[in-house]
Formats: sequence, structure tokens, C-alpha cells
Amino acid sequence: MAYGGYEANGGTERRHRAIKILLAGGFGVGKTTLVGAVSEIRPLRTEETLTETSRHVDSTVGIERKTTTTVAMDFGRITLREDLVLYLFGTPGQERFWFMWDELALGALGAVVLADTRRLADCFPAIDYFERREIPFIIALNVFEGARDYSLEDVRAALDLDPSVPIIMCDARSRESAKEVLITLIEHVLYVTDSPVSR
Amino acid sequence: MPSNDERWLDAEAGPVVRPYALTRGRTRHSGEAFDLVATVISTNARIADPGGLGPEHISVLQLAHAPTTVVDIASDVELPLGVVQILLADLRELGLVTIQAPIPIKARQVDRNTLREVLHGLRGL
Repeated sequence: MAYGGYEANGGTERRHRAIKILLAGGFGVGKTTLVGAVSEIRPLRTEETLTETSRHVDSTVGIERKTTTTVAMDFGRITLREDLVLYLFGTPGQERFWFMWDELALGALGAVVLADTRRLADCFPAIDYFERREIPFIIALNVFEGARDYSLEDVRAALDLDPSVPIIMCDARSRESAKEVLITLIEHVLYVTDSPVSR
Repeated sequence: MPSNDERWLDAEAGPVVRPYALTRGRTRHSGEAFDLVATVISTNARIADPGGLGPEHISVLQLAHAPTTVVDIASDVELPLGVVQILLADLRELGLVTIQAPIPIKARQVDRNTLREVLHGLRGL
């Protein structure tokens, strides 16, 4: 039986081209808002065992047991053409969720690190992660009301970013702004892959 | 210690059945790995041993009657991704679904024409 152009069993292959983009950043920085602004957003959860490193943060200090925690993520899909689909994964930024990033980063085209100038340090782990794995990324500063004004160069210095990494301001609630973030990332990926010295 | 067990059964407490109980304790699936955005399609094969499948297997199978993806199924059945991957691998082993990997557009092997298509598509949104 064929469904919507696909043959279920041994039939003609019709594989879609998948672009995976990760959206990382600290808690409350606007990842869900940004995914929702530009795509049909869907909740996704994982269930994971909390590790040693996270145990000190809860109130069960000294109690020797493993706890599982539900990690909420978001994914969004933008169908650009029938056979070309962009998937956005909003991932928790804390280091203890790296096990999940590893699965998501597999085959990812690039990443957006969403940052809040009031809590810039929250995005350090994400920047380290993408630098280490040589995944092209950009920084998008979500401009919150009441956030102090920083120049993009101040932020670049504070994050100790390579000069080639783009930083842009965005409003995660705005569809146009969210689109611009994705366009900036794709242009950056085109740029880095065009460089004679591949970084 | 709570004196009243019922206290734990509200929505805040989460599911009554531990998620990995649905997979009989397995946390890794069998067979070839598959991508989170791989396409899943039911083969419509007859289920030889319905007793061997849990209700969650059936729910997952029903969602795959039309082509869908691993992450869509996980979102629809409201089960953790890891659990859904195991259930899907079971169904694949039984010949009830096929899991078709997408063509990945990776950072290290960029297809520039595809990226230009993406840019064009995004600008037109």
C-alpha cells in the first residue's frame, strides 16, 4: 500500500531531505518562543536518570538513590518544499543534558545559541559544545524588555567568540525576526564551508 | 514518608507506570540505529502474535498508518523519546513498520544547492 507518495514495503524510495538545526540556550531564554514563532511547534519529552553532577541541586543531598527526570524539549518543522524539511530542536542548555545533544547533534547542519544579556554565562556550555564538535553556530541575542543595552561587540568580547561567528539581535516572539535568525545561520554555514581553510 | 499513597497519583506526580516499564526495562533498542526525523510507515502486515505487543505498541503502530516521523510519534503518544525508539524498533523487528532514514544535510558535507534552496524557502515564508 502506498501512502502519500511513499511505498511501504520495498517500493520506490522517496526520501525527504532533512535539515536539522539545534536551538540551545539557558532556561527561560526564549527557545520555545522562537521555535513557535517560525514553525508548527510540538512538545517532546525524554526521561533520563539524573547523574551525580546534578544531585547536589535538589533537596535529596545524601540520599543514595537515582532519580529520573523528564526533560522537555520542543521541535518545530518547516516544510520548505515537499521533499525538503527543516527541523528545529530546542534543547536545554545545561551541561547535564549533553547526552541528549549528542543524539540531536548527529547530522545537524548548525546551531543557534539563544542568549540573554542578563545571563550571558548560561550560553557558555552551548558555545563550548558546538566549538568542540565543529558545528557551525551563530549567537542570537533575545532582546528582552528592560534588558540593559549592550553593543554586539561587548557581547562578543564577553563570550570570547571567534570573529567569524555572527551575532545578531532578535525578538524571539516575532516570526520575521526568527526567520532572520535561521537565514543568518544558513548563510553562515554557506560561508564557513566556502572558506579555503575549513574551520 | 507519605502516609497516604494516593497522594502520589495526581498529574504532578507524573505517570503511574515508570516509562521504561513499558519497554520491560530496556533502555536501548535492537537493530540498526535510526534518525529522530526518520520516516516511519506501517507495513500493514498482519500481527502474528497480538499478545506480544503492549497497548503502547498498538498506539505507535496506529500513528504510523500514514508516513510520519519518530519525533512526531513521540510527541503524539506523549511518551519519552527513548521509550518510543524502543517500541518502534520492536515493531520493525516484527515487520510491522519500516523506518526510512532521511537524506541528511550535514555541516561537514554541505550540499550548497540545497542550502540555497533552504535560504530561498525561508525568505519566502
